[in-house]
Amino acid sequence: MSPETLNPLPAPLGSPQPAAGTPAVEAEGVCRRYGRRWALVNVDLSLPRGSALVVAGRNGSGKSTLFRVLSTLIRPDRGTTRIFGLDPRADLHSARRRVALLSHHSNHYEALTALENLEVAARFLGRPASRAALVPRLGDVGLAERADDPVMTFSAGMRKRLTLARTLLQEAEVVLLDEPYGQLDPPGFRLVDDVVVGLRSRGATVLVATHQLERGAALCERGLVLEAGRVAWTGPASDLVRGSGLEPASLAEGGA
Amino acid sequence: MSELSAALRKEALLQWRTRAQLAAVFVFGASALLLFSFAIGPDSAALRRHSAGFLWLGLLLASTLTLAESFQSEMEQRALEAQLLMPVRPAALFYGKAISNWAQLSLLGFALVPVMVVLYDAGTDRLGALLGVILLGTAGLSAPGTLYAAMTSQARARQTLLPLLLFPLVVPVLLAATRASSLLITGDPMGQVRSWALLLACFDAIYWSLCGLLFGRVVED
Amino acid sequence: MDLDDGRPAAAFFFAGLGVLLLLAGSYWGLFVAPAETYMGDVQRIMYVHVPTAWNTMLAFTFAFGCALAFLFLGGWKWDSRMEAAMEVGVVLAVLVCMQGAIWAKPTWGVWWDWDPRLTTTAVLVFAFAGILALRHFVDDPVRRATWSAVATIVAFVDVPIVYYSVRWWNSLHQMQSTPETVSSAFHWPLRINAFAILFLMIAAISLRSRIAALRLRTELAPPPPAPAPQTGTAAAEATR
Repeated sequence: MSPETLNPLPAPLGSPQPAAGTPAVEAEGVCRRYGRRWALVNVDLSLPRGSALVVAGRNGSGKSTLFRVLSTLIRPDRGTTRIFGLDPRADLHSARRRVALLSHHSNHYEALTALENLEVAARFLGRPASRAALVPRLGDVGLAERADDPVMTFSAGMRKRLTLARTLLQEAEVVLLDEPYGQLDPPGFRLVDDVVVGLRSRGATVLVATHQLERGAALCERGLVLEAGRVAWTGPASDLVRGSGLEPASLAEGGA
Repeated sequence: MSELSAALRKEALLQWRTRAQLAAVFVFGASALLLFSFAIGPDSAALRRHSAGFLWLGLLLASTLTLAESFQSEMEQRALEAQLLMPVRPAALFYGKAISNWAQLSLLGFALVPVMVVLYDAGTDRLGALLGVILLGTAGLSAPGTLYAAMTSQARARQTLLPLLLFPLVVPVLLAATRASSLLITGDPMGQVRSWALLLACFDAIYWSLCGLLFGRVVED
Repeated sequence: MDLDDGRPAAAFFFAGLGVLLLLAGSYWGLFVAPAETYMGDVQRIMYVHVPTAWNTMLAFTFAFGCALAFLFLGGWKWDSRMEAAMEVGVVLAVLVCMQGAIWAKPTWGVWWDWDPRLTTTAVLVFAFAGILALRHFVDDPVRRATWSAVATIVAFVDVPIVYYSVRWWNSLHQMQSTPETVSSAFHWPLRINAFAILFLMIAAISLRSRIAALRLRTELAPPPPAPAPQTGTAAAEATR
């Protein structure tokens, strides 16, 4: 299946169509600060459509901030980002339509049930929001039996699964997964693997931030290592563990 | 606009799930009205004269509770962020929230009217007009209140900041609503209720547009 | 003129000029100008009260302008100036209320007479004190600046509404108000003091916004240093 046949979001009338060959995600000289600290410094990045990038780095290296900037949730203080050539500063709405972010906040309404959370999202996205349409989506992430339970009764892993279901609902062309393996059990790990493979087979561009280096390297063909907000290494994902120049043991400690 | 209707459905769902809260706020409002009467004393004539003021003071105090609560569910897991990214226009999210808060405060106002009638002997034969004034006045509290609640729910000392910011701003609403309600209760020989209602309507028009425009700057980073 | 980072000498010049003019205008108003026919010497407080009131509104209007500039043009200097203008405005507004009370007590027998302009000023004190409190409780400088600019716009738009609603509310009860017109014999001390307080205000805002700008400098990190040469860049070029 060629990427060009996939455009799940019917583009709104008049929205700019990217020229063939436009990179899906670009960042040039991106800097972002929080108060006194620069969380990202001079990050450059260019990903063609359909590619996949695994982003690694210690805690606090800026992975989440990078994903929040690339997904247009927050603006860079310096530098530019582009999604299919669209600059969020010029056309935020069109850029956001093409990107989905799995954040490490669960973004749920605790008082609502799993199904209701998806319903709310589906209505905003203009997608079918009936029970019949959404329960299968919950089934895809293993939550079908808990569809009518309030999210406040969910464990962390179940919350993560629901967030995954909601992110996939958007059917975006660029999907950023920030620590998708976090809080999940081994079946959950396999679920995330299947999701990434599925996204790629549909031609989506995927970025995964994770500490699970081997899994990330197996799913993606490119790798990038952040250290203290700067790009410390880029290269083929297969070299991520061996050739990144950083001690892989310290990077691979811990889950997520 | 479909985004607005999606936002309204979301609010309705959230309100329905947390409906026990509305009952709690009503009890708060009713007990406030009771306490105000202790401040005046058992002088029925004085109580009747000031009943409108007590009603609106009670509503104002209760609004700080409901407004602060309205953003609680958005902020605890950052649900608002996910919606902004879908993308949903911030104005749609604002109006959904403001309308929901308006409905809540109006319902509270309507529910407090019988309490006021009983405690202060403050009946009126122009009940429809009184309910109308409640609608206009609570709209004036709701729009700036929603904007400020969005800010203060992400700041420190949020309990004190919201009333601190909101109260000076809504002085015209308090003045106009109290005057209009009072005239409806004690009699309006010169037909001034309409003018006060007009003032409320102007305040509402200005602030519902202004706050909708500014909401994006408050929630985007 | 760059009020924030320029040498404070300009501010001190204004302050000095303002003090001189204030002394001149106040002397004239207190001792030289004739007493007013009905109110006598009590009315002399107008020579300070009216100019202070004018300048209070000027300060808050300037704060409003800075808020708009910050939101639409960007630039941290507008945030510093807005903070300074708000603080100076609150101080002046409190002075106006105190002067109004000092005038009201011997004249009407009560400390506060619900005069529409005075009442509006009192509401402004609380409104802008609240915004200053908001600034205090938000740590992130960008958020603090954006939110207080938004709050300033919302509060300033309210000023005419508050004024008219209080005026109307008051007119139904009583018609007391501070005298609006001052006859021509009294204009000169008024004008001198108006400029005096204006210069003092400019000096205060300028100095205060310098302090705010300096504090911002410590809160915001300096620009990041130039990128260091990276390992594996050649490999990165090859895979793009």
